[in-house]
Amino acid sequence: MTIAETESRGAAGSSKEIMLSVSGLEASYGAVQVLRDLSLDVPKGEVVVVLGANGAGKTTTLRSICNMVTCSGSVTLEGDEIGKMNTADIVNRGVAHVPQGRGTFPELSVKDNLYVGAYTRSDKGGVEDDIALWFEKYPVLGERHDQAAGSLSGGEQQMLAVSRALMSRPKVLLLDEPSLGLAPIIIEDLFQTFKQINEEQGTTMLVVEQNANLALDIATKGYVLEAGEIVLEGDAKQLQNDPAVQEAYLGG
Amino acid sequence: MDLFLQRIFDGFTTGAIYAAVAVALVLIFKATTLINFAQGELAMAGAFVGYIFAVRSDVLDFISEEDSFTKTWVAAILAMIISAIMAMAVERALVRPFDPDDHLPVVLITLGLFLIINAVVGEIFNYQAQNPPMPGLFPNDFDNFWRIGGVTDAEGNVSGGARLFWDAAGIVLSLAAMLFFLYLLLNKTKMGLAFRAVSSNVESARLVGVRTGRVLGFGWALAAAFGTLGAILVAPRLSLQPNMMAVVLIYALAGAAIGGLDSLGGAAVGGLIIGLVNSVGVGYISDWEPFEFLRAIPLFLSLIAMLLTLLYRPSGLFGTKRVERV
Repeated sequence: MTIAETESRGAAGSSKEIMLSVSGLEASYGAVQVLRDLSLDVPKGEVVVVLGANGAGKTTTLRSICNMVTCSGSVTLEGDEIGKMNTADIVNRGVAHVPQGRGTFPELSVKDNLYVGAYTRSDKGGVEDDIALWFEKYPVLGERHDQAAGSLSGGEQQMLAVSRALMSRPKVLLLDEPSLGLAPIIIEDLFQTFKQINEEQGTTMLVVEQNANLALDIATKGYVLEAGEIVLEGDAKQLQNDPAVQEAYLGG
Repeated sequence: MDLFLQRIFDGFTTGAIYAAVAVALVLIFKATTLINFAQGELAMAGAFVGYIFAVRSDVLDFISEEDSFTKTWVAAILAMIISAIMAMAVERALVRPFDPDDHLPVVLITLGLFLIINAVVGEIFNYQAQNPPMPGLFPNDFDNFWRIGGVTDAEGNVSGGARLFWDAAGIVLSLAAMLFFLYLLLNKTKMGLAFRAVSSNVESARLVGVRTGRVLGFGWALAAAFGTLGAILVAPRLSLQPNMMAVVLIYALAGAAIGGLDSLGGAAVGGLIIGLVNSVGVGYISDWEPFEFLRAIPLFLSLIAMLLTLLYRPSGLFGTKRVERV
């Protein structure tokens, strides 16, 4: 499976083409300001991770990109402003979002979950091919294609949620704490899968995580978010070796 | 035995009408998790639209006079389409502007709609039973029935037995056909998939690109069409007038609660159960002297049935038990 990459409209003067760019993002819930002047860039074909503790604003950052919360600032996808669009249009443009806590459709069958994931597509044959592909990749989903998604285990549901999101053949995949509530061994598998998808399909990813080590392993670039502000950014390797990051997120 | 069979037939017939309205209520509940109290009045208004086409106006007069059933059917289908469009407009203008998580304003709006629709139709048509009456969708003369059982005397006259009226069978079959259509619509079409996705997880539905507003409009439209069919089917029996759906709505609500508020099949079963409770239950229990009062207030037994069901199964017979993860 290949994703046609026809657009080549890079930001002038930069060596890397930017897929998703956020600048000056501000968001608040009532009187509480959650994000302050937040800016980040996700280069095309790369995995970028946003690290942060609970309540730092990680989820809000992703929800702002999809316009699911009231926010101001600019969000661009391949240079086009998408910040003021409604969620359905943003998804149509190629942003897929796996919300925290899996975000499957528990009452729908596994197969219907994948069909819903392809809601924005109109190529029926291609959708069937992609479903077959995911069933091959995760035979457990294939075996249970008729079962309600809510009956799957936590790890299987996360696999389904990711497959579901990729069914739309997105340009960029937003992952909101994919490791939440999963056993360590399953988390490791999951991140390997992300890496594989990124390498094989070239899908750009923005991952927000508390599980810093695994996330930095597969990422090229990282940001550290504290109380709604980016306090540190850099290459993934560089962050992994940064004493402050090690102390705060990598357990010393 | 004949009496028992007769009461079963009657129960299924009225039950099918409660089921139609219960399914309409559940469609809205699944999409928005609220009860549309105006559902009965929307259905009543839809039946009046059908009445205009079938009796009051001459737009359908090109259909020959002898073929009055074709005319009534065309009128009914037009009424279902028009009420679906009206319901979409109501949803767009009066329901969607409000925060879907805040139920109180929307419930108040549906209560307000209940009063407004009732008053407007009453003002235009008055509150009497309409004359000429609403024609039936099925032959409903006194001798249009199949006799089941009964005895034949020496002259060949048949008497006794249970009577299965043609229109009773027609009402039950209409409900079955409508449920089948609904099943296909929800399970075989893209809009149906979107509807199921929204009722399963609104947020994730938005995140796969579903325009949730349109899906809600679709739910309201389907519900209105379903309710209108129920009202048109019941009109010849209750006689068409603005208050005819008030009691039907209460029975339908009880049916939907028994079946489980988020189960379409459950709503159909619940409606039929209420019909049977009314006919078989009230019929036999009220023969017993202390319970004679049930004949005057048959609703009592239906509400007891609902209460008992909910006491033992709080989410109804087929409803999903909601487990909230925190």
